[in-house]
Amino acid sequence: MLALTLETHTWLHRIPAPAKLFALVVVTVLLLPVTDLRITGGFLIIVTLLYASLGGIAIREGVRLFRPILLILLVILAWHVVLGEPRAGLVICARILALVALANLVTMTTRLDDMIAVVTWLLSPLRRFGLAPSTFGLAVALTIRSIPVVLMKAEALRMAWRARSARRPGVQTLFPLALMTLDDAEHMSDALRARSGLASQETG
Amino acid sequence: MERTVTRIALFAALIAVLGLFPSFMLFAGVPISAQSLGVMLAGTILGARRGALAVLLFLALVALGLPLLAGGRGGLGVFVGPTAGFLFGFPVAAYVAGLIAQKLRRVDLLVSATAGALIGGVLVLYVFGALGMMLVTELGFAQVLATLSVFIPGDIIKAVLCGFLTRSIFMARPSLVATR
Repeated sequence: MLALTLETHTWLHRIPAPAKLFALVVVTVLLLPVTDLRITGGFLIIVTLLYASLGGIAIREGVRLFRPILLILLVILAWHVVLGEPRAGLVICARILALVALANLVTMTTRLDDMIAVVTWLLSPLRRFGLAPSTFGLAVALTIRSIPVVLMKAEALRMAWRARSARRPGVQTLFPLALMTLDDAEHMSDALRARSGLASQETG
Repeated sequence: MERTVTRIALFAALIAVLGLFPSFMLFAGVPISAQSLGVMLAGTILGARRGALAVLLFLALVALGLPLLAGGRGGLGVFVGPTAGFLFGFPVAAYVAGLIAQKLRRVDLLVSATAGALIGGVLVLYVFGALGMMLVTELGFAQVLATLSVFIPGDIIKAVLCGFLTRSIFMARPSLVATR
C-alpha cells in the first residue's frame, strides 16, 4: 500500500511532524475568516512557491491530488457569478485551493510512521477510558495489512464472475466479499487470542 | 476485545476497498462509488458504536496520508475541502444507521437495515455534507442542494442495497450481525 508521502527528501521532510501539523492548524484557523482577495491570493502564491521549492515531482503530485475537486471549484465559482458576487467567489476558491494544497503538502512530506506516532500521542489521554494507544496502533496495522488482501479477494471474485457471465461484474460480488472479510475478522481474532491477545500488548 | 478490534479493522479495510471498486455511472457523468455503501454497512452490520469506530479508523488512515477515498484521494487536504462535510458525517451516518437498525428489531431486517441506511447514510450524511459545503463555499442552502441533488438517487439505491446485503449476511452468519 503506497502512502502519499513523496519518496524524495526535501527540506520539509526534515521538519518534525508535530511542528508541521501545528503550523497547518494555525494557518487554517487564521485564514478561514479572511475575505480580502489580496491576502488569500498572496497566500496562494506562497503555497505555490512552497511546492516549487520541493521540485517538479511535488508540483505534479499536488496537481494530481487536486484534479478531483477542480470541477467542484468551477461549480462554486459559477454559482457566485450567477449570484452576482464574482469577487467573493474568487476569494473562496483561492482560500480552498490554498488550504487544501497546504494540507496536502504536510501529507506529502511526512512519513506514515511519524503521522501514526502523533496520533498515538494525541490519543494517549484516552488510556483513562480503557483504550490503550497500542490498540489503535494495532488496529491501524491490521487495516493497512488487510487492504491488499481484501482487494485481492475482490479481484478474484470479479474474475470468477467474468468467467461465468458475459455481463460486467456489478453489485453481485459485494455479498461474498463482505462475508469473506467478516470471516477473516473472526479468524484473525482467534489467531490474536492464540498469541495471548491484546493483553500482552499493554504490558509489553 | 480481540474480536471487536479485528472486526473494526477489517471493516475499515472493506470500506477502503469499496472506494477502489470501479464506480458505476447512474447518469452520464455522475460517478457513484460504493464507499458510502461501506459506511452504511458498517452501521447496520457492526452496530452503532463499532460501526462508527470502523469508519473513524478508516478516516484516520485517510488523514494519515493513505489514498483510500474513492478516486484515490487522501491526505489532510480532503478534510478542509468543499466535500469535507461528508467525511465528518461518515461516522455519524454509520452510528445513526446502526442505531435505527438496532431499535427496529421487531420488523424484518431488510426493512430495519434499509431504514437505518436511508436515515443515517443518506439523510444525516447529506445534512453534514450540505452544511460543510455551505461553510466552505459560502453558498446558500438552495445552491448547495441543487449541486448535490444529482448524487441523491444513487445513494438511495445504495441504501436499499445495504438492506439486502445486511439481510443476506444475517442469513449466512447470524452471529455476525450485531443489529439483530
